[in-house]
Amino acid sequence: MSMASRSREQPPGAGLRLLALWPGLMLLLAGCTGGEPKADLVIINGPDPETLDPALGTGLEDLRVIGALFEGLARNDPVTARPIPGLAESWEMSPDGCVYTFHLRENLSWAPGQPITAGDVIYSWLRVLDPRTASEYAGQLFYIKNGEAYNSGKIQDPSLVGAQALDARTVRVELNHPTAFFLDLCAFQTLAVVPRQVIEKYGEDWMRARPLPTSGPYLLQEWRLNNKIRLVKNPFYWDAAHTRSAVVDCLPISAPNTALNLYQTGGADVIWDRENIPNELLDVLSRRPDYHTFPYQGTYFLRCNTTRPPLNDTRVRQALALTIDKRRLVEKVLRGGEPVADHLVPDGTANYQQAAGLGYDPALARRLLAQAGYPDGKGFPHCSYLFDAASGGEKIHEKVAVELKEMWSKQLGIDIELKQMEKQVYQAAQKNRDYDLSRSTWIGDYNDPNTFLDLFRGDNGNNRTGWKNARYDALMDEANNQVDLTRRAALLREAETILVREQTPIIPIYFYVGFNYYNPARIKGIYPNILDDHPLNAIWKIGGEKD
Amino acid sequence: MYFIKRILFLIPLLWLISFLAFLLVHAMPGGPFDRERTPASPEIEHHLLAKYHLDEPILKQYGRYLNGLLHGDFGPSMKYRNHSVTDIIAAGLPVSLSLGVLAFCFSMGVGLPLGFFTAVHKARWQDYLGSLAAAVVICVPSLVLGPMLIMLFAIKWRWFPVALWASPWHVILPTLTLGLYFAGRVARLMHEGMLATLHSEFITTARAKGLSETSILLKHAFRLAVLPVLSYSGPMLADLLTGTFVVENLFQIPGLGVSMVNSSLNADYTMVVGLVLLYAVVLLVLNLAVDFTHCLLDPRVRYE
Amino acid sequence: MNERLHLSPNQRAWRRFRRNRGAAAALLVLLVLIALVLLWPLGKLAPAATVLPKAMTHLPDSISDTPFAPPSWEHWFGTDAHGRDLLSRVCHGARISLLVGLVGAAVSLVIGVLWGAVAGYGGGRWDSVMMRFVDVLYAMPTVVFVIVLVTAINAKLEKWQAGPHGLSERHAQLLQMAGLFVGLGAVSWLTMARIVRGQVLSLRRRPFIDASLVLGASHARIVRRHILPNVYGVIIVYLTLMIPSIILYESFLSYLGLGIQPPQASLGSLMASGAEQINPIRIYWWLIVFPGAVLALTLLALTFVGDGLRDAFDPRGES
Repeated sequence: MSMASRSREQPPGAGLRLLALWPGLMLLLAGCTGGEPKADLVIINGPDPETLDPALGTGLEDLRVIGALFEGLARNDPVTARPIPGLAESWEMSPDGCVYTFHLRENLSWAPGQPITAGDVIYSWLRVLDPRTASEYAGQLFYIKNGEAYNSGKIQDPSLVGAQALDARTVRVELNHPTAFFLDLCAFQTLAVVPRQVIEKYGEDWMRARPLPTSGPYLLQEWRLNNKIRLVKNPFYWDAAHTRSAVVDCLPISAPNTALNLYQTGGADVIWDRENIPNELLDVLSRRPDYHTFPYQGTYFLRCNTTRPPLNDTRVRQALALTIDKRRLVEKVLRGGEPVADHLVPDGTANYQQAAGLGYDPALARRLLAQAGYPDGKGFPHCSYLFDAASGGEKIHEKVAVELKEMWSKQLGIDIELKQMEKQVYQAAQKNRDYDLSRSTWIGDYNDPNTFLDLFRGDNGNNRTGWKNARYDALMDEANNQVDLTRRAALLREAETILVREQTPIIPIYFYVGFNYYNPARIKGIYPNILDDHPLNAIWKIGGEKD
Repeated sequence: MYFIKRILFLIPLLWLISFLAFLLVHAMPGGPFDRERTPASPEIEHHLLAKYHLDEPILKQYGRYLNGLLHGDFGPSMKYRNHSVTDIIAAGLPVSLSLGVLAFCFSMGVGLPLGFFTAVHKARWQDYLGSLAAAVVICVPSLVLGPMLIMLFAIKWRWFPVALWASPWHVILPTLTLGLYFAGRVARLMHEGMLATLHSEFITTARAKGLSETSILLKHAFRLAVLPVLSYSGPMLADLLTGTFVVENLFQIPGLGVSMVNSSLNADYTMVVGLVLLYAVVLLVLNLAVDFTHCLLDPRVRYE
Repeated sequence: MNERLHLSPNQRAWRRFRRNRGAAAALLVLLVLIALVLLWPLGKLAPAATVLPKAMTHLPDSISDTPFAPPSWEHWFGTDAHGRDLLSRVCHGARISLLVGLVGAAVSLVIGVLWGAVAGYGGGRWDSVMMRFVDVLYAMPTVVFVIVLVTAINAKLEKWQAGPHGLSERHAQLLQMAGLFVGLGAVSWLTMARIVRGQVLSLRRRPFIDASLVLGASHARIVRRHILPNVYGVIIVYLTLMIPSIILYESFLSYLGLGIQPPQASLGSLMASGAEQINPIRIYWWLIVFPGAVLALTLLALTFVGDGLRDAFDPRGES
């Protein structure tokens, strides 16, 4: 608008001529985006989802939206996040824990006259396992008999996979082992039921079909990349009567300050994830009623490359672990109420008994380092700490790195070089074990210690430390064949003790906390739970506009 | 004739650019599917690579890509797996175009008069003040300017929305943030151009002919003085039109600048090459347009 | 008048430059800034026993228990999120920023001048092939080019460094910046090459070059004695204008997390982390104001020096 006040003696130039475009452009813009009704609920969802296809989704921001669109046999209870009946109204487990029989509800439909059948369930699962789908989370179905073999192409016949439709409303699933968390998996987005009729018609482009029938409480009305995802109530959902907000907008946000600005000016009602609010302000924000944290299934830890010196020496790894003042880190740097982690599996996980870690003991650390041949850090070889760069917003990894470097230098007299790398490069370097120390995160997929402890089996692709321990693997196998949950928990604890205390290929730093930011007087239906899973259809806003 | 030749020359140039960009992104360490978690079996990774043909030799991949390109297909995005590169560009380009054109108008609207004015008042206080202002806006990065503007105009006074892209009101702050820097650059170039022209012989001739000072300045001097700005405006407009990361990031604008940076960071190969080609086309076409305008404005220039 | 005739063009330019008060003042500011930045912390110059405020003695990387302390006698510019003294970080950062600017510009200088001079002097087919190559690179978006280049180079260096070389900490730090230097230089040499080529091309057509050739001078000698001295002016001017833009670009890369490696800082990375502090609830103003002011001062000084140089080398300014 500042152009209106330009001096009159302005010479005729390119600028002036282009200026005439201004009103036209304004109209164009207004025409493009105007006239859209306001949403009942606006949620800041984090980065843009990479995909909304249940078979392909991997990120938290993907899975949250997918969960609103597609449902599986079970779903998570909004309050406890434990599996409750979803598309299936009931199920039975065989005494040995290896066979489940699910009974679908009667009132399931994609649209009037198109029922959701047991065949759709099997189709959806086989689609995840189909190599051509290239689903990264196909592993969620490897617990089913022949699931892995079908995925890897060892068997071609889908009827050999241990999931069968006995009739239009009955699904029978045969598992490899008794799997304590199988029902949790049934509530996981990868196993959700997708519309076969649309996928077969449109192929890869099926997400863009309109109308796009869904099995969950919402329909995808609009998905503009980097702009917004608009969800509207699915009238054909079996529990549509309990969908509280009819129109929900999910905004992708890349800068935490932008998210907070929007929230403060009434542009958003809920912010998920603490990465989406400015870390600097946590001390102020945490005193507001809008701030909600609760225990969550995520751990921030360091991986040590145990295949090359100096970290191939257990004593060095333990010395590094013992000198980390985790309390200072969570209080001075993180400041969001994160609990210090001395073991890998977060407290509050189901079927879990806590293992004892190493704790904080710089004196012991110095002794261990001296025993390893580096008294007071003398002669310590070059060693680097790898972490990933965050673009634009949160710089937590960098802050943790800076603190760790200083702690090790002060307490042990060793100089660790910090290596910040761009995200893909960091992932590749970690995967190829091109690192000494590397910051890491693991978020549990389901509520069981196995989702954490499974990583450090010698043959797990996510191990990435080169650490291999026969006793650990044997304990894990033994635990997972147990039907007695208490006995299983004790075995898992023994395994975890090897991991975090005796061998220390990893150094746990802190546990994540679940984080939601919303006005509790206005927004209802969000309950703290360890999966940080808050089904959208349970959330609603009281009253009209915010000021 | 000259321009037709140049247009024809664009084709091998673009081909070369696509090839170079393709090699460059593939030379980057870390592929699009390197993630926090490795899939449960190595076969899963295989399926992924096979699906996007990343397991083939690089030249074969390029051949495949080029073939798609000839059929107007930029390929699928490897990061946003439900979208094709064409989709993403089609969605982001109009936004980037509107924002870019607005910022361009703004920077010309402010920069040209400012440069003109300071040059006419050479070595007087108007000049010092104006030139300083132009120099200062060049020195303030938009990642500082943007948040400042948001804080004052969007939060303190609530004149404009803080972010998003929905109505004409949402456009003002991003335009300012983006346009000020370029306004400074344009002002400086205009200033230089004006000074150079005012020294030239033909202005002296015009004065000798007894033309009025206003007429000399506006009709004759301006025409030539704007030429440096014109040459600069090609690359500048190309940068503006294809989006700018910082501004789009700060204001959450669904343009191409964010895609440009993120696709490079995410190793989204097809997306990067697609955007590089788009940028190249825009830049080369604009440069052609600039040279053409140059011919029109300055009769001394002849291309052969 | 007579005396002036004896001066080389460069000497004449230097005289004109000194007479330009604005530019001379900017040069002085720049020199003082450089001196300060290089000598900091001043505390290390004082006798060991003197009690000095922490701002004068603190190392830029040492953390303390007072994060986000506002400016005080102890910390003149306040402290940052880790309780590090901001003044020493700003000085350290300015040093790195100037280094990045200088080395980046030098890289572009070497490539740009060589490329441009060879293309311009060689002319004909050489010229068109070399300049088409410049065109191709020119038509690539800078952002993509820099990101790809910096990551690729850094990863290569990383591999190399992991080998048994036993680099000292200092060398390792410099090596980490190499990717940045090369990346920034590699995108800024294009304009330099175009400008130099244009100049050389016009000089090449001058009769005195042909005269020298006839007299038996080698091409190398002609380039060294006749061509390059005549393009120095343009090169110097362009360099002083390029350094600020490289420094600014580094701040953008820092914002992306691709700039200087922490815990080191540059003015750009300090700015980038300061910009995160601008929010409606609370502003740690010192984190943005001080690095911003120093950055702006440096850039302005560089710009004015560049302007002064350009005026000085411009024959039109003679009158």
